[in-house]
Amino acid sequence: MDNIKSLVQLSQGKKAIIKSINGGHGLIQRLDALGIRVGKEIEKVSTGIAHGPVVLRCGNTEVAIGFGMAQKVFVKEV
Amino acid sequence: MKILLMGNPNVGKSVVFNRLTGVDVISSNYPGTTISFTKGSISIDDKDHEVIDVPGTYTLEPTCKAEEIAVKMLDDGDIIINVVDSTNLERNLNLTLQLIKQKKPLIICLNLWDEASHTGIAINEKKLENLLNCPCVPCCAITGQGIKELVNHISSSKPSNYYFDNSKRWYEIGNIINQVQKITHKHHTFFETLSDISIRPITGIPITIIVLFLTFSLIRFIGESLIGYVFEPFFENLWAPLILKFSTILGSKGFIHDLLIGKLLDGDIDFGQSFGLLTTGLFVPIGAVLPYVFAFYIVLSFLEDSGYLPRVAVMVDVIMHKLGLHGLAIMPMLLGFGCNVPGALATRILETRKERFISATLMSIAVPCMALQAIIIGLLGKYGFTGLGIVFFTLFLVWLILGLILRKLVKGTSPEIFIEIPHYRIPYFPGLLKKIWIRLKWFIKEALPFVFLGVILVNLMYSLGIIQFIGNITAPVVSILLGLPKEAAGALFIGFLRKDIAVGMLVPLSLSLKQLIVASVVLSMYFPCVATFTTLIKELGIIDMLKSAIIMIITSLIVGSFLNLILFFL
Repeated sequence: MDNIKSLVQLSQGKKAIIKSINGGHGLIQRLDALGIRVGKEIEKVSTGIAHGPVVLRCGNTEVAIGFGMAQKVFVKEV
Repeated sequence: MKILLMGNPNVGKSVVFNRLTGVDVISSNYPGTTISFTKGSISIDDKDHEVIDVPGTYTLEPTCKAEEIAVKMLDDGDIIINVVDSTNLERNLNLTLQLIKQKKPLIICLNLWDEASHTGIAINEKKLENLLNCPCVPCCAITGQGIKELVNHISSSKPSNYYFDNSKRWYEIGNIINQVQKITHKHHTFFETLSDISIRPITGIPITIIVLFLTFSLIRFIGESLIGYVFEPFFENLWAPLILKFSTILGSKGFIHDLLIGKLLDGDIDFGQSFGLLTTGLFVPIGAVLPYVFAFYIVLSFLEDSGYLPRVAVMVDVIMHKLGLHGLAIMPMLLGFGCNVPGALATRILETRKERFISATLMSIAVPCMALQAIIIGLLGKYGFTGLGIVFFTLFLVWLILGLILRKLVKGTSPEIFIEIPHYRIPYFPGLLKKIWIRLKWFIKEALPFVFLGVILVNLMYSLGIIQFIGNITAPVVSILLGLPKEAAGALFIGFLRKDIAVGMLVPLSLSLKQLIVASVVLSMYFPCVATFTTLIKELGIIDMLKSAIIMIITSLIVGSFLNLILFFL
C-alpha cells in the first residue's frame, strides 16, 4: 500500500489514479455523478491555502471540492 | 404535451429554451443559473406544447434542492429533450442513460457542438443515435444552429428501447464512448492556462482582487459618464423646460400640481428636491439609478458569461467558511449588489437552511443594491473618498462580524463547497446584450411603480402631517441615538417601499457629512425593501424572516449609534 495518499497530500500538477473514497454515500454519489470514481485518472490542479478547496481535473471536467472531502479521496500517483 | 429540457448544470439548457420558445430567460456560464423552472410554449403543426426549462442535474438521485426540483418535475413530462455538453460527453451520458430508463420519448441535443470540434473532440452522432435508439441532434444553441432539426424530431419522438444493466452504467458509458468519440490530443490552450493561474491561490487571489477592483471602477466610470453626459443634460436641458411650461399651465400650485411636479425652488425645478411624479419621481429611477444599474449589469453579465465567477467562489471559500457559508455564497452577495431580489433568490444554490438563513440575512443587511448605492454616491460623492469609504467599510465590517456571530448562533450544518468549474468562454455578444436588456426591462418594470407609489406617499404624508407625527414619536431613537433630525424618520418609513427615494428624502434636510453617513448606513441595513421582504418570506418562511428582520433592526441601531458616537471628528 505504498504511494497511496489523500488528494490533499498529492502535489499540485500531479496525476494520480483514484484508489478509494472513504466518505459517506453522499460524497461517493456526488463525485460519481461527475464521472469521478475509483479507477479514474485525475490531475490535481490546485490546493487552497489555509485548508481551502482542492481543485481537480478528471477528463474534461474540473471540480472544486472542500478540503475535508479531499482528505477522504485516496489516490496513487502515476 | 409537456416537453422537459433536462441536462447537467451549465450545458446551455436555458439557451435552448430561449431558442425554442422565444421566452427570455437569464443564462450564464456557471452551474445553477436556473434555480426554479421556467415555462414557455412552442407551436408545432398548429398545436401548442408547453416547454419547461428544468434546473440542471447531474443525476436523478438528487444531491441538492435544485436537483430535487428537477427530479420531481420528471413525472409530469411527456417528452424529454436531454441537452448534452458535447465537450464532455462521457459525463453527460450518465444522466442520459438514467433518463432512458424513464421510458419516456427522448431526444438528445448535442449542444456546444462547435466548441467540441474546436477542442479536438469528434463525435459520430449517427452511431450514437443507432446505439441509444433515439435521435441525437448536434446543436449550437447560442447561434441557433441545429434547433430547427431538434424541433422536427419532437412530434415523432418515442421511448428508447436501449437496454443495459443500471448497476454497470459507467461500464456501459465507457463502451459507448469508445465507439462514438475520438479525441485528438492537443496542447494546453490559452484559456486552460488562464484557468489554471486564476484558480491557484498564489496567482488567483491577486487576480480576484484586481478583477473586483476593476469591476467597481468600471461600474462607477460607466455610471458617472452616462449620468454626466447623457441623463443629466437630458433632464436639465430638455425635460425641465417642458415641465416648467406644464407647471405654468397648471397654475404653478395646487394639489395636482404638487403631486405631478412638486415644489418649485426659486421658481425652478430641482430634480432632487421637488418631489413630484414627473420630476423627482422620474429622475431618481431613470436619471440617477438606471445608468448605474445598466453599468452594473454590463459588467456582471460579462463576468457571468466568461465563466470567471465560480473561480471567485473558490478563492473566497476560506473566508466564507468563517461565516458559516461556503464559497458559492458569494453569488447571492454579488447579485445582491444589483438588486437584493435576485440575490435573495440565488440563496437557493446553497444546500442547508443554516446557509440560506445566514446568506439571506447578510445580503439584505450589508449588501446595498445598485439603486441605493447610486443615490448614496450622489449624496456623498462630493465629499471625496471619506464619506463613501466609511459607509462601505462599515457595511463590510458588519457583514464580516455578523457572519462570525451567526455561524455560532444558527443551528444546522454548513457543508463544504462542491462546484464544477466551467471552461472560460468568450461571451457571445448578442446573447450578452439580450441578457442586459432583460435585466433592464425587469428593473424598470419592478422599480418604477414603487418609486411612483413612494413619491405619492411622501406627498400625502407631508400634507397630512404624518411624517411630522412619525418624526415626533420616533424622535428619541432617531435624534438621540442616531443624531439625525426627526424629519429623517420619514425616510426610514419610506425606505421600506424604495430605498433610493428614501435617501432622496434626505436631500432637503441639509445634513452634515456625519449625519449623511449615519443615515446611509442605517437605511442600507435596517430592513429590506418591500420587494426583497416578500421574496425573503417565500425563501426563508415567515418565522425565519422575522428572526432575520429583528437581527437587522437591532444591528442597524447599534451600528448607527456607534457611528454617531465615534464620528465626532467629522
